[in-house]
This record gives sequence, structure tokens and C-alpha cells, in this order.
Amino acid sequence: MNTLEIENLSVEVGGKKILKDITLHLPGGETMVFFGPNGSGKTTLMLTIAGMPEYKVTDGKIVFNGEDITSMKVDERAKRGLGVGFQLPPEIIGVKLRDMVKICGGKNPREDLTREESELIERFNLGDFINRDLNSGFSGGERKRAEMLQLLAMKPVMLLLDEPDSGVDVGSLRLVGRELQNYLDSSGASALIITHHGNILEHIKAETACVMMDGRIWCRGDPGEIYDNILEKGYRGCVECEIRHPGEGL
Amino acid sequence: MNEKKKVSSLTELPHGILEAAYKSGIDAREEERSGTYMYVDHSRVLSHINERFKGKLELLDTTEALKKYSWLEDYYWGLIDADKDEYTRRVDEKFGGYFLRILPGAKIEFPLQSCLMISSSGMEQRVHNIVIAEEGSEARVITGCTTHPDAKSGQHIGVSEFYIKKGARFNYTMIHNWGEDTLVRPRSVARLEDNSTFISNYVLLQPVKDLQMYPRVLCEGENATAGLNSIVYASRGSGVDIGSGIEFNAPGCRGEIISRVIALEGSRVTARGIIKGNTSPAKGHLECKGILLDDSSIIHAIPELVGARKDVDLSHEAAVGRIAEKEIIYLMSRGLSRDDATSIIVKGFLDVDILGLPEDLQRAVREILDKMAAGM
Repeated sequence: MNTLEIENLSVEVGGKKILKDITLHLPGGETMVFFGPNGSGKTTLMLTIAGMPEYKVTDGKIVFNGEDITSMKVDERAKRGLGVGFQLPPEIIGVKLRDMVKICGGKNPREDLTREESELIERFNLGDFINRDLNSGFSGGERKRAEMLQLLAMKPVMLLLDEPDSGVDVGSLRLVGRELQNYLDSSGASALIITHHGNILEHIKAETACVMMDGRIWCRGDPGEIYDNILEKGYRGCVECEIRHPGEGL
Repeated sequence: MNEKKKVSSLTELPHGILEAAYKSGIDAREEERSGTYMYVDHSRVLSHINERFKGKLELLDTTEALKKYSWLEDYYWGLIDADKDEYTRRVDEKFGGYFLRILPGAKIEFPLQSCLMISSSGMEQRVHNIVIAEEGSEARVITGCTTHPDAKSGQHIGVSEFYIKKGARFNYTMIHNWGEDTLVRPRSVARLEDNSTFISNYVLLQPVKDLQMYPRVLCEGENATAGLNSIVYASRGSGVDIGSGIEFNAPGCRGEIISRVIALEGSRVTARGIIKGNTSPAKGHLECKGILLDDSSIIHAIPELVGARKDVDLSHEAAVGRIAEKEIIYLMSRGLSRDDATSIIVKGFLDVDILGLPEDLQRAVREILDKMAAGM
């Protein structure tokens, strides 16, 4: 069964059409990565799936685990098992990372951490950060680790990750990649990952890759192959490529 | 007017009064308090110091202390002009309140608790407190100012003079929990000597009709440090004009003012702050942040910096606005409803962490605020 089915999706932001007639199917338990130049619509697609209010669906639908979520609010989607990892998560004064771990687990922030939660925090090397304001003074790597920590505390059915490998140190990326893959293996969850540089591919297994260009899915295929092609020829090569596979069961 | 009956322990107080005191932070067990002072309307009902702190602390009614110590005349109205305004003049006519002295070198591990309460409607309560932290002493005070649930209206006028001597450290945390129809006029000044530290924390979470105060700290000694923090949640048409001022009048002084304000339901808040650098080197920072939760309220932030020497280092940041939408959405993406996300951000914004309290005091203040926040 497909975890995610996107049919003929078109999306506007601030009156401007960004996504055009996207169709995409993600089978349960699979990981898909997204490549594409800046402004190609990758983040728009992800945040539309997540339900961010400024992304207006003008056509098409999004079905998650067999349920049409196209008009659901962000929190309703989160409760159904969609976990979003932001590229630039905000700082929130007075809200501690510890509170967030509890909130992500659907508990009252004032409750004590369970052993499982404490272990998770330790695995992300964030023991010294749990009583700090969320993301306040965190380095790039610390933010990415804090994002993944929260997502895993949510135990999502599907993860949406926007550039988990940008602005992050090598050690943090390795840690985030390892924990992510362990979670995907053990839970059977799916993931949709935007990557700009492809570095995350060194740490996780992805079944498919898509290239987005100009608000459309341009191509899909084997992640390694597509990545090598992009490295070799850049996205200009994608434009000129004659073996693109738009649509085909995506 | 009725004189309230004096008691020797909090548990002897009438239930209603004890309950109101408890809600404003008084710990009835008194186990982790160095002493207790309780003043209801015009009467001191309780004043005592725990056994282990006797000889380190002195706690008297101000009127009694003025009779006992002739030297106290030099301190009485020493920092505030009795003729400053109509409120100081009223206090000068007739007053109660406490005299607290921490003896030289005494380290008081537990906070002293005090409670000033208005128990009947229409009451005008006047107090004049004098605190002397002698050289090298260390102490903390938590004051809960409150209105008995039966008292719908009233006035509280409080003069407080703090003398922080050389090397002393004094932390004063005041929590206001007035009835909605109360007029409140505190008038406070602290004077800091060499190498002393004065931290003043102020918390207001319940609606109040009309509150105006502008406590000042005068750093008269070298390397004195002042911190003034306030947390204000102004709801149900509250009128609040609150400020904090620090003056650096000796070299090497440092000071910080932090103010966090939330306004809603037709409330008006003026959040003032001033740091004056009359000597150098001196370093001061003022932070004034306000969040408006609706369109019916006003926050007027007035941060001021006055530098009179080229080597002063003064800065400020001020911001007034609504809660950042991206913070709400972020929390919603973690499964919270919009209302719950907003509530968590508001509580976080008013978090007592900014008060920089020692852990035990922070726990105590947090417990008080939790009790008060239950009705927020």
C-alpha cells in the first residue's frame, strides 16, 4: 500500500503558481529523495504535504495512509503520523527542548522524561541542551539533531525532511543519518527527503530519487544514478536529458 | 478600623486569609523559609524568624524599629522624598510595614517570606518597608501582595527603601496578585555600595485596575551590580504603568533590565526602562519585549539610555508585536492545536527562567505561578 498518494497537485503561494500538476506515489516503508535547483518547488511540495497554511492547493489531492488530508490543518496531519523536519526551525523563547520532546510524544511538557526519551536524547548527544530554549544559540548541527530528536519522539508514519544535510557538521550528519535509518528500518516508516548536496545519501538508503524543476517532477530513478548525473552535468544536464520519466507511476 | 488579631504561626490564621496568602506564595509550613512577615490591612498579624536564623536576621515593624533605633532616622525616607507625590505623603502620615536587617556577614540560605494583604473592600493599605543588607550579607525575600477574595476593591501604597552595603547580595522577588479593582502604588529605591549585588524580580499575572511603579536602583559604590526583571500578564482591562531604572554613579558598575509583557482583553501597559551611565566604565543592557494577543490592547515600550561619559557601554532591545506565526505553526507541526501552541509560547515568554533565581527559589516561584496560572 502507498503511504502517500499525490494526484495532479497544483499549489499557489501568495497568488503565484509554484507546483504544477504533480503526481507522486510513495509506497509504505520506502524512502524517496528530492533533488532540484533552488526555487524548483521542492520545499513547497514538502510544506504543502505538511499542511502549512500559506501553501494553497488549487487543484488535486493528497492522500495519506488512505485518507484525504488535502484540507486538514497542520496539527491534524501531525496527529496522523506526518513528521516534518524543517530546514530552518525557529527559536522559541522559554520553550525548552525537553518540553518539545514531551509535546512530540503527545504528553504534558511538565511530565518527567521516560527512560526511553532520556536514552533518545543521549543518543543525539543533546543531554546538555534539554533545558535550553529551543534552538536558542544552537549551532547548525545541534539544530538538525534537535529536529531529528523531536521527530523520532513523534514516532511518525512518514517523515518529511527539508535538507537535513545542509549547514551541518560531518559528525552531526552521520549521527542524524544513522538514527534516521535505524528508525526507518525498525518502524517501517516512509521518508521523503530534500537534499541539495546529496550528502545524506552516504548515511541512508533511498529507493528512489526525483528531480524537480520549475514546479514539476522532471525525472525519477535510481538515487545513485541521478545523483552522479547531476554531479557530472548539473541540472542543465537534466533539462537536456532525453531519458526523463515524467509521470510514470510517480 | 479593626485591628487584626496577632498570631504566632501561620496556621492560626483564619482559613480565608491563609488561603489567600498561600495563593500569593506564602509557604504555611515555613520549613524552607528563614522567617515570615504578614501584614493584613493595617495590622501586622505575624512576624517571626526561624530559630536557626536568630541572630542573623532582624525583623520588626518599621514603627517599632524607629522607636528602638535612633540611627534608623538616617535611613527612614533616606532614599525617597516623603513629599514626592500624594502617595508618599499619605504613607508619611500613617503607615505599617517591616524593617528587615540582615546582619554583617550573615548568609541566609532560605528566603524570608512576606505577605501584604488587603482583606476588606475599600481599604487603603499603606506600608513603609526598610531593608538593610549589612556588609557581606546574603539574603533573599519573596513578597506576595494580594487581595482577599472577599475584598473587591482597595488601594495599596507601599514605600520600600533598600540599603545594600559593601559586598552584600540581596534578591527581592515580588509577586502581585491583586483584586481587579485595586489601585497600586509602590515606591521603591535601592542604594548599592561597593561590590554589592541587588536583584529585583517582579511578577504580575492577575488583572489589576491601576498599577503604577518605577523602582530605581542607585549604584553608588564601585563594581555594584543591579538586575531588574519583570514579567507582566495584563488581562481583563488592566492598567499597568511599570518601569525599572538603574543609575551608575560609580565606576565598574553593571546592570540589566529585562521586561516581558503580554497584554490582552483591553489592557494598557506602559513598559518603561532607563539606564543612566553617569560614570565609567559602566555596562548596562535593557531588554523590553511585549506580545499583544488581541487588537484591543496597547503596549507602549519606552526604553531610555542616558550616557554621560564616553566609556559607558549601554544598549537596549525592544520589540512589541504578536506571536510569530511561524512559531505557532512549528508547534502545530508537532501535533499541538493552535490554542495549545499559543498557550505554550505565552507561558514560555513569561518563563521565570529570566529571573535568574537560585534553583530552590525558582521552584517556589514556579509553584506559585502555576497556582495563579490555573485561572489564566
